[in-house]
Amino acid sequence: MKILVCISQAPDTTTKIAFTDNNTKFASQGVTYIINPHDEWYALVRALELKESGIATAVHLVTVGKADVEPVIRKALALGGDEAIRIDTDSNEPYVIAMEIAHYAESLGYDLVLCGKESIDYNNGIVGAMLAEFLELNYIGFATKLDIAGNIATVSREIDGGEETDTCKLPLVISCQKGVAEPRIPNMRGIMAARTKPLKVVAAAGIQPLSTIVNFEMPPAKSGVKMIAADNMDELVNLLHTEAKVI
Amino acid sequence: MEKDLYQHPDYYLVDELLTEEHKLIRDTVRAYVKKDISPIIEDYAQKAAFPKQIIKGLGEVGCFGPFVPEQYGGPGLDYISYGIMMQELERGDSGVRSTASVQGSLVMFPIYKYGSEEQKHKYLPKLATGELMGCFGLTEPNHGSNPAGMLSNFKDAGDHVILNGSKMWISNAPFADIAVVWAKDEAGEICGMVLERGMEGFTTPETHGKWSLRASATGELVFDNVKVPKENIFTKVKGLKGPLSCLSSARFGIAWGALGAAMDCYDTALRYAKQRVQFGRPIAGFQLTQKKLAEMITDITKSQLLNWRLGVLRNEDRATPAQISMAKRNSCEIALRISREARQILGGMGITGEFSIMRHMMNLESVVTYEGTHDIHLLITGMDVTGINAFGG
Ligand SMILES: Cc1cc2nc3c(=O)[nH]c(=O)nc-3n(C[C@H](O)[C@H](O)[C@H](O)COP(=O)(O)OP(=O)(O)OC[C@H]3O[C@@H](n4cnc5c(N)ncnc54)[C@H](O)[C@@H]3O)c2cc1C
Repeated sequence: MKILVCISQAPDTTTKIAFTDNNTKFASQGVTYIINPHDEWYALVRALELKESGIATAVHLVTVGKADVEPVIRKALALGGDEAIRIDTDSNEPYVIAMEIAHYAESLGYDLVLCGKESIDYNNGIVGAMLAEFLELNYIGFATKLDIAGNIATVSREIDGGEETDTCKLPLVISCQKGVAEPRIPNMRGIMAARTKPLKVVAAAGIQPLSTIVNFEMPPAKSGVKMIAADNMDELVNLLHTEAKVI
Repeated sequence: MEKDLYQHPDYYLVDELLTEEHKLIRDTVRAYVKKDISPIIEDYAQKAAFPKQIIKGLGEVGCFGPFVPEQYGGPGLDYISYGIMMQELERGDSGVRSTASVQGSLVMFPIYKYGSEEQKHKYLPKLATGELMGCFGLTEPNHGSNPAGMLSNFKDAGDHVILNGSKMWISNAPFADIAVVWAKDEAGEICGMVLERGMEGFTTPETHGKWSLRASATGELVFDNVKVPKENIFTKVKGLKGPLSCLSSARFGIAWGALGAAMDCYDTALRYAKQRVQFGRPIAGFQLTQKKLAEMITDITKSQLLNWRLGVLRNEDRATPAQISMAKRNSCEIALRISREARQILGGMGITGEFSIMRHMMNLESVVTYEGTHDIHLLITGMDVTGINAFGG
């Protein structure tokens, strides 16, 4: 069984977010990138576990990005993927990403395609579903548990007030979230091994985006706390009326 | 203890001097420290116990002897990688770094460098995973700064030798499975050998009551007519240069490690100073606090550059023992100063176990002493630049 894991990079969670070009672009200068945690901690680690337990024979990683994403892909290889593919184009648009991956993967016969439930930068959360559509495969989103027996996947997902368990025949696309696996820390042997693992660069199919970002806005700054003397009811009422505008 | 929010300072963009792989190694060890060391270390330091459970994780991540080549079970990384790993470990705790330093530089290094093929295959792979732990016996009760005067000695007895004497202040001794021991042969020359726990007449009593490196186990090695098989003796080195070459490797790691402790103190003090309000403003807004912080980051930045350059030289096999001495001495000195200043910035909170600073400060008193005291390193530099030995004797 061959698994393809979709990996994207995302700004480190401590990044100070700013925009350039009239608020149309994310200011990436000086930003540290990490593997999107949902891809790394859940999709990739589960794929590695399936390989370690003898269920999967190969784990390939795919990312859409320019050469600057390679450190992140090397880290993923250090965690344990067998080989990586970088589709050489820069896009944050889910349609482009899903189409490019589908274009690359359609004839390669992957039995299982895993991705994170969303990337933590743009939070679209739809690449997995789109990819399944373009590959004409079944899709289960937001998995919290994933087991494979023979050619049947058993997948749990959270639903309102409980848990749903589905079974589905492979091949299949699954987006993963917390619960599917436990985060792993790479080790020095893995880091050394990653040096010589193949990282193939393939030309993009040149898919055009369906949507464009008009502009970004920062959420309003948190307003400070105003302290009012306990006995000054008039001031409190006044402020709730004129400033907070709630009464 | 407070949540570990550590981020390393990088005022001069020193990261740009590192490779992507170095940074990945740093992130890896940092993630490990945040997950397995920070949450427990204060408790173990308070109760003066070594957290034995971390050995497995240290081995799994690859913190034991990272420079040992793959054929002997190591990952075969360069010396900057080793330095970075020691920096991240000591950022967590000097005791944890000491455990890794001893295992890597003082036990695996001499076996790799001076051991026979059989010794290398027998010990190195298991030392790399932590399945076997080692210690290094050089210092004696009456010979610390002057190890050449050591009294431990062995006599030829056919297929084995008979070892007598004792060692003091030995890190990892209480739980080590093997010990690399330095003792004099009948001609008075210093030789190294591997002792195994369980050899008759070999005991390792623990040293109690330390106010420093409390989360690291320290003990004595006592040799009472220990029969050591001759194949356990290193044949490739004789004289003080054997142990001194190990110390060069370990001191290199300490230069990076102590800087890690300094960075942690600075990072903690900076965050605290921006949050703590007195007289109506964050204490970071007072000139006296800024002076402390500005001097700290200046010292850290200079030391980062010194260590990085030393790493490049060591990778090219050009770093001299005297250059390593300078970096070890410098890092310990700035780390101690920074820890004391940082402790002041935290006021009363600085003396509690809520923050790492007081623990670092106390640990650093050992770090500035072992592997050559502050003054001994000064004398090494002095001798190197003047050509005159001022050690006496
Ligand atoms: C926690 C801890 C762990 C240790 N772990 C190990 C270990 O694993 N293995 C090991 O072999 N050793 C270990 N040591 C021992 C350590 O290396 C020695 O303590 C150190 O070398 C100093 O020796 P000493 O304590 O005997 O001090 P001394 O040599 O007695 O020095 C006392 C003072 O005299 C000064 N002094 C000495 N000679 C001169 C001189 N010529 N000129 C000017 N000043 C001088 C010194 O600088 C120092 O200030 C450890 C020590 C500690 C505290």
